[in-house]
Amino acid sequence: MDKVQNNRAWFLVLPVLVLVAFSAVIPLMTVVNYSLQDTFGNNVFFWEGLGWFEDVLTSSRVHAAFGRQLAFSAIILAIQIPLGIAIALCMPKRGVWASVCLVLMALPLLIPWNVVGTIWQILGRTDIGLLGYALEGLGITWNYARNPVHAWITVVVMDVWHWTSLVALLAYAGLQSIPQAYYQAAKIDQASRWKVFRYIELPKMQGVLLIAILLRFMDSFMIYTEPFVVTGGGPGSSTSFLSIDLVKTALGQFDLGPAAAFSIMYFLVILLVSWVFYTVMTNLDKAEGR
Amino acid sequence: MNLQWMAWTLPTAIFFGVIASLLVLFTILAIRYPETPRTGILRIETTRGDRLFITLLGSAFINAGWLALTGLPQWWALGICAVYAAAVFRWV
Amino acid sequence: MAATTETDTPAVATRGMSLPRIQTRHVVMVLYLVFMLLPIYWLVKMSFQTNREILGGFTLWPQNPTLNNYRVILTDPSWYMGYVNSIIYVVMNTVLSLAVALPAAYAFSRYKFIGDKHLFFWLLTNRMAPPAVFALPFFQLYSSVGLFDTHIAVALAHTLFNVPLAVWILEGFMRGVPKEIDETAYIDGYSFPRFFVKIFMPLIASGIGVAAFFCFMFSWVELLLSRTLTAVNAQPIASIMTRTVSASGLDWGVLCAAGVLTIIPGALVIYFVRNYIAKGFALGRV
Repeated sequence: MDKVQNNRAWFLVLPVLVLVAFSAVIPLMTVVNYSLQDTFGNNVFFWEGLGWFEDVLTSSRVHAAFGRQLAFSAIILAIQIPLGIAIALCMPKRGVWASVCLVLMALPLLIPWNVVGTIWQILGRTDIGLLGYALEGLGITWNYARNPVHAWITVVVMDVWHWTSLVALLAYAGLQSIPQAYYQAAKIDQASRWKVFRYIELPKMQGVLLIAILLRFMDSFMIYTEPFVVTGGGPGSSTSFLSIDLVKTALGQFDLGPAAAFSIMYFLVILLVSWVFYTVMTNLDKAEGR
Repeated sequence: MNLQWMAWTLPTAIFFGVIASLLVLFTILAIRYPETPRTGILRIETTRGDRLFITLLGSAFINAGWLALTGLPQWWALGICAVYAAAVFRWV
Repeated sequence: MAATTETDTPAVATRGMSLPRIQTRHVVMVLYLVFMLLPIYWLVKMSFQTNREILGGFTLWPQNPTLNNYRVILTDPSWYMGYVNSIIYVVMNTVLSLAVALPAAYAFSRYKFIGDKHLFFWLLTNRMAPPAVFALPFFQLYSSVGLFDTHIAVALAHTLFNVPLAVWILEGFMRGVPKEIDETAYIDGYSFPRFFVKIFMPLIASGIGVAAFFCFMFSWVELLLSRTLTAVNAQPIASIMTRTVSASGLDWGVLCAAGVLTIIPGALVIYFVRNYIAKGFALGRV
C-alpha cells in the first residue's frame, strides 16, 4: 500500500513514545550510569570507569553462562522449528477438529511461566511425578536436581512442551494462506509430497517461519522463570542461563555495577540479533511487494 | 521527584548528550535533505539513519572487543570506531 | 487404453497413498495433543488430592477426589487476593497498552514520516529486551516515584513489551483495511477522532480483540517484573505461589490447585480468539 508522507503522524505516535520512553529509556540510562560506578548502598556512588565491563567481558562465569545460553537456544530451535512445521502439516485443515486442536495446542502458551515450571518440577519427580515415575519404571533414576544431564533434558523438554505450539500455529497460519489452486496444479504435475512441501508450502511459510524463529530465539534467549522454578539454575550452575545469572548478581548479591555492565552487554547482543532479523524480514516483505 | 538514584555523572551525561544531539542532527538533516535509500556492500537498503545505527552498534562492539582482548588505552578503540564510521557511511 | 491408465493411476495412487498418510497424520496429532495435555492433566489430578494421598503413593487418578485444596485458596484472602491483584494490573495494562497503541498503529499503517522505520524497530527491540535487564532499574524508578507495590507500577512496567506488541499486531490488521474507506469518510465530513471511533475501530474489531488478548496473556504469564515491583498490597498470584514453595513445607495439593486456577482465565478467553491466535502471533503478518 502506498503511504502518504505526513509528518503530523508523529502526534499519533507521541503517546507510545512517551510511555515507552518512561519504561525503557530511563531504566536504560540508569543501567549505563550504574555500570560505570560502584556503590555500597544508600545511593552513594564512586566512579569506577570501565572496570566492571572488563570484569564481565573476561569473566569465565559470564562466558560459561553465555555458552549455555547459546547451546540452549540452538537446541530448542533445532527441535521446535521442524517439529512445529510437522505438527502444522498434520493439523486438520478446517472444521470442528481444527478448532479443537487450535485451542488445546494453545493452552500451554497461556499458563503463567512459574506454573509451567511447577508442572515440570512435579512431573520430573520420581515419587509423585508421572515422568520421573515412568522413567524409574524403565530403570532410569531420574534426578534433575542432582544430574546436570537430566536437568538439561527436563528444561529442554519443558520448553518444547511450552512453545512448540507457537511455531506450529504460525506455520499453520502460513499454510492456510495457500490457495487450493496451487495444490491442484501440483497434482496435475504429479508432484511428489516432498516437492509440494519444498516448492509450494515452504516458500509460503517463509515469512511466518522467520517470525517464529525470531520470537523463539529471543524468548529462549531471555528465559528466566521456567528453569529457575525447576532447577534454580542448578545443579551447580549447569542450567544458569544469562537471565538467571544476571538476576543472581543484581537482586541476589545486589552488585549494581557488575549487574549493570552485564545487562548492557546482554542488551547489545539482543540489539544486534534483532537488527539482523528485522533487516532480513523487511527485505523479505519488500521482495513480496508488501 | 528525586533523581539521585539514577546516579548521573558527567561522563555519562556527556555520552547521552552526544547521542541525543546526533539524533537531533540526523533528524534535521532528514528534513533538510530527504533521505534516499541506497544499496551498499551489505546488499541491504540503507538510509542515513540506518547507517548511523550500524555505526553506533558496531562501535559498541568494537569498544567491548578492545576492552576484552587488549590491555591498551580505550582511546585507541575510539580511533578505530572513527575509521569504522567513515567506512560505514562511505560503503554500506 | 494406455492414456486412461495413465490418467487413472495418479488418482488411484494418491487415494491409495492418502489413506495411510491421513492415518499417520492423525497418529502424530493425537500423540502431540497427549504430550500437550498430560502435564496439565497431572496438575489437575494433584489439585483434587490431599497432600497425604499425593505423598502416600503413586496413583494415576485421584482415589478420593477432594475440593479441599480449592476451599483453602478461595477462603484465604492472602491467596485469593493474589488473583484479584493479578487481574487488576493485567486489565489496567491491557487498557493502557491498547489506548496508546491504536493511534500509533494507525500512523504506522497509513503514513510515512521522518524516522518511522527506526521508531518501529526501536519498539521491536523493547519487545525483545530481557526483563531481567530492567528488573533492577524498574525497582529503583518506581520506588523513587512512590509507586512501588502498586498495581499501576506493574501495569506500567508491562507496557514495556505489551505496547510494542499491540502496535505490531494492530498495524498488521489495519494494513488490511483499504485506504479508500478513510478517504471517503473524510470527504463525507467526518473529523479524524469521529472517523476513528465510529468507522475505523469497528472495522478492525477482531484485531483489537486479538491485541487485547495478547496483552492480557503476556501480562498474565510474566513473573519476574511483577514479583520485583510488588511486596504485599499488589502481590500477584504467581509470586505468592513461588513464596509458598520456598517457605512452608510444600502443600503440593494447594500449590496445584493454585496453578489450575491460574490456567482458567486463559483457557476461557482463548476460545473466543481461536481463529486469530496464529495471526496475532505472526504480528498480523499472515
